Amino acid sequence: MAPSTTSALTLNINGEKHTLSVDHRTTLLDALRERLDLTGTKKGCDQGQCGACTVLIDGRRAVSCLQLAVAAEGREITTIEGVADGDRLHPVQQAFLDLDGFQCGYCTPGQICSAIAMIEEHAAGWPSAATEDVRPEAGVPELTAEEIRERMSGNLCRCGAYVSIVQAVAEAARAEEEAV
Amino acid sequence: MRLVDVRELPLDGIESTADGGLRIGATVTNSDLAAHPEVRRRYPALAQAVLAGASGQLRNMATVGGNLLQRTRCGYFTDLSKPCNKRAPGTGCSAVEGEHHNHAILGATEHCVAIHPSDMAVALAAFDAVVTYESADGTGQLPLAAFYLPVGDTPHLETALPAGALITGVILPPAPVAAHSRYRKVRERASYAFAIGSITGALDVRDGVVREVRLAFGPSRPGRGGTGGRAGPDRGARRTPRRSPPPRSAELAAARPLPHNAYKVTLLRNLVVALLTELTEEAAR
Ligand SMILES: Cc1cc2nc3c(=O)[nH]c(=O)nc-3n(C[C@H](O)[C@H](O)[C@H](O)COP(=O)(O)OP(=O)(O)OC[C@H]3O[C@@H](n4cnc5c(N)ncnc54)[C@H](O)[C@@H]3O)c2cc1C
Ligand code: SF4
Ligand code: FES
Ligand code: FES
Repeated sequence: MAPSTTSALTLNINGEKHTLSVDHRTTLLDALRERLDLTGTKKGCDQGQCGACTVLIDGRRAVSCLQLAVAAEGREITTIEGVADGDRLHPVQQAFLDLDGFQCGYCTPGQICSAIAMIEEHAAGWPSAATEDVRPEAGVPELTAEEIRERMSGNLCRCGAYVSIVQAVAEAARAEEEAV
Repeated sequence: MRLVDVRELPLDGIESTADGGLRIGATVTNSDLAAHPEVRRRYPALAQAVLAGASGQLRNMATVGGNLLQRTRCGYFTDLSKPCNKRAPGTGCSAVEGEHHNHAILGATEHCVAIHPSDMAVALAAFDAVVTYESADGTGQLPLAAFYLPVGDTPHLETALPAGALITGVILPPAPVAAHSRYRKVRERASYAFAIGSITGALDVRDGVVREVRLAFGPSRPGRGGTGGRAGPDRGARRTPRRSPPPRSAELAAARPLPHNAYKVTLLRNLVVALLTELTEEAAR
């Protein structure tokens, strides 16, 4: 019997179930873009170096180009298409619009997905490489521009829109903190 | 043949051991490791080292076992038009005469000068971590110092892990000195880049006397050719009770740089002084 090279699987994306059959080697990124027509998630480098393909897996940010589709079965996947609440934009999306957090927009879906999870990581008390004292007794570091730059460093922007991206992320984090 | 996702295995716990150390499961993500309160309290340099690696997205995906086993290689390894002893044993090393400004100055041999890029492993080396594994023959343990094989003339052989073994976790022995530890990493951009030089330092000062100093350097070649068997990411001064830092590091004295990476010897020396100064100032506060 010839070895099987494909798998049938069901992916849970933005609250909807999608059943498809894929080559075992298919990345989640290619499954999203090429098979499910969810082209909001972008391919920049296809090797983990740019962050354009960032999605949320079980609420955590991950690069979909280094994730096999077969290993994403059973997880809750959220792409840029699923972050808004109907017609109401996610606060991070709104902040990117209000503060011009982009130029060409290619890196933007990844930046937004990444920022959504990053704000939660910070709220959960995670330190970063920019945190002077990582000991828990030191408390949660303030989300300064330096902290935002470090925490968002996995998302490159070829247009160099970093100044407004940092402002947009800071604004969204502030808005979410107020909402709590 | 079957494709298995080992991340699904129930090896994702971090717990204290009876003697006051920590046991870290192999599938613990880098993010969870760096966020864990006991890691941050007892081994802060480990949390810092992990946070200095890759990006938020990648740390969410990367596991302890996978980080230890990331392939030691350089750009020529994937360039099929160039010789590479690691990819094709006996063909030669393109980096020695070629592009090597980011290659290893410690533990390299003329057969291969690639580095092991793990930041985490540099902190684990300073804290005498032990890797635990399971194979068809049962369970086993390897101190990190014996985990990576010396390069010698067999760079294609990287670890002492038996074939087919699964890493189950890492044990950190108790180390009070580790509570006063830091990790510093120098790279070619501010973040999201591999180290060109890094260091883990720990310093125990009591009543104005240095009781213990620990240093480990990275990124290094796992396995030290030439100067004896201690495997890297290199561990420098071990438990050297001395009155005044900085200790003389036998590892740095044994560095064998190539023309384009000789700058790293100075870089690492400067890092030793900077880090020990920071730790000394912290101890004085
Ligand atoms: C753009 C980019 C930048 C990066 N920057 C850094 C950096 O600055 N510093 C740094 O340290 N790292 C860096 N990394 C490397 C990253 O940390 C590693 O890719 C990651 O740690 C690998 O972990 P993983 O769990 O994904 O392993 P995998 O890639 O899934 O596995 C690696 C190998 O280990 C094997 N394996 C995995 N788990 C086990 C186990 N439990 N037992 C036995 N075998 C196992 C796998 O089969 C495979 O052969 C970077 C990576 C990328 C893509
Ligand atoms: S340094 Fe190692 S991996 Fe790079 S070309 Fe030489 S043998 Fe190959
Ligand atoms: S496309 Fe995935 S990180 Fe660049
Ligand atoms: S807006 Fe163009 S790449 Fe970021």
